[in-house]
Amino acid sequence: MLEIAIGIILGCCALGAGCAMIAGIGPGIGEGNAVAKACEAIGRQPESKGAVTSTMLMGCAIAETTGLYALVIAILLIFVAPNLLVNILLNAIG
Amino acid sequence: MNEKRRRLTAPDILYIAMMILPLLAGLVLKILTKPPSEGITITGAQIYLRVPMPIQDLLITESQINSWLVMIAIWGLCLFLTHGLKTRDIGVRQHIAEWIVEKTDALVADSMGSYFMGFAPFIAAILALSGFSSLLSLLGLYPPTSDINVVGGWAILVFALITYYKFKCGPIQYLKSFAEPVAFLTPLNVISEVATPLSMAFRHYGNVLSGSVISVLVATALQGLSRLLLGWLPGALGEFPLLQIGIPAVLSIYFDVFSGLLQAYIFAMLTMMYVSGGFPMEEYFKRKENKTCKSLGGK
Repeated sequence: MLEIAIGIILGCCALGAGCAMIAGIGPGIGEGNAVAKACEAIGRQPESKGAVTSTMLMGCAIAETTGLYALVIAILLIFVAPNLLVNILLNAIG
Repeated sequence: MNEKRRRLTAPDILYIAMMILPLLAGLVLKILTKPPSEGITITGAQIYLRVPMPIQDLLITESQINSWLVMIAIWGLCLFLTHGLKTRDIGVRQHIAEWIVEKTDALVADSMGSYFMGFAPFIAAILALSGFSSLLSLLGLYPPTSDINVVGGWAILVFALITYYKFKCGPIQYLKSFAEPVAFLTPLNVISEVATPLSMAFRHYGNVLSGSVISVLVATALQGLSRLLLGWLPGALGEFPLLQIGIPAVLSIYFDVFSGLLQAYIFAMLTMMYVSGGFPMEEYFKRKENKTCKSLGGK
């Protein structure tokens, strides 16, 4: 019985981590759009390459934030949560 | 050619040693304390020392040690670049030092305005510390920036700076700034205020950590693939890491060098933007002018 409970905890943590990383879609699309527009802008005005590139990198970093929140959740679920939850379970059983 | 090759003097050697010795010490410490493990594992910072404290044990971890080593190395670099400055006939060393100072000054003046010129050394320090900490993973050491405690500390420091500059016009003005532009947005403003240091810390640490996790995963996959390809060969030939030559280096250039330096730049840029954006510049100067007018009128 205990093995099944621990197995469910581990499996659900892994599933949750996988589901959390679906959030990676958003920043991917967003950054792709940003880079596409930056390329267009550089193509139109090649002399503004430096300013456009640094602004684009800045914007990409900020757009990445949601993806990184998901990454932090996934890392917590993989490396921290299983230990914690198994300990709680063992304490509850006594 | 009348150019003479300058010889290294004693201070030069001392400062260069100050740059290199901490890194060597880190490597030695890493090799000595490496726990025996099988295969490739992903672990957090290793705990070196546990100091008993009343509320919670104080842990001296790899990330603290490594960030102190980086700080000493940067100190050595600064001393090396700036000792023996001259006003004419300057050498390469002084050119580099002047270039760094000029670039940082230009960056700060560009994105913060002339009122905040005192921030230039702080921004340069953040850039150097963050950049060199991330580059530490090139040596195989644990990069302190992939530990949330280190980056979280920096983010709290930046948050304190932002709050200090928001307080410049008094606490009433500070509280009023939360009710802008409309009063019912106050809860959202409070949340976004708290989210600022959190997102800064998560961004920096998440980028560096994800890079190292992906590097480890790719290295493991390549190990498996090369075993699959060459495993049928007898003896040591079967263990030959064919695919592990070169391919991880390409990833390392992106994740360790480019991503690490980019995150340092972004952390510094965000610091500058938040600090100068939070400061109520017009209000502050209006009050200052009023005060000087009053004091002049009183006389």
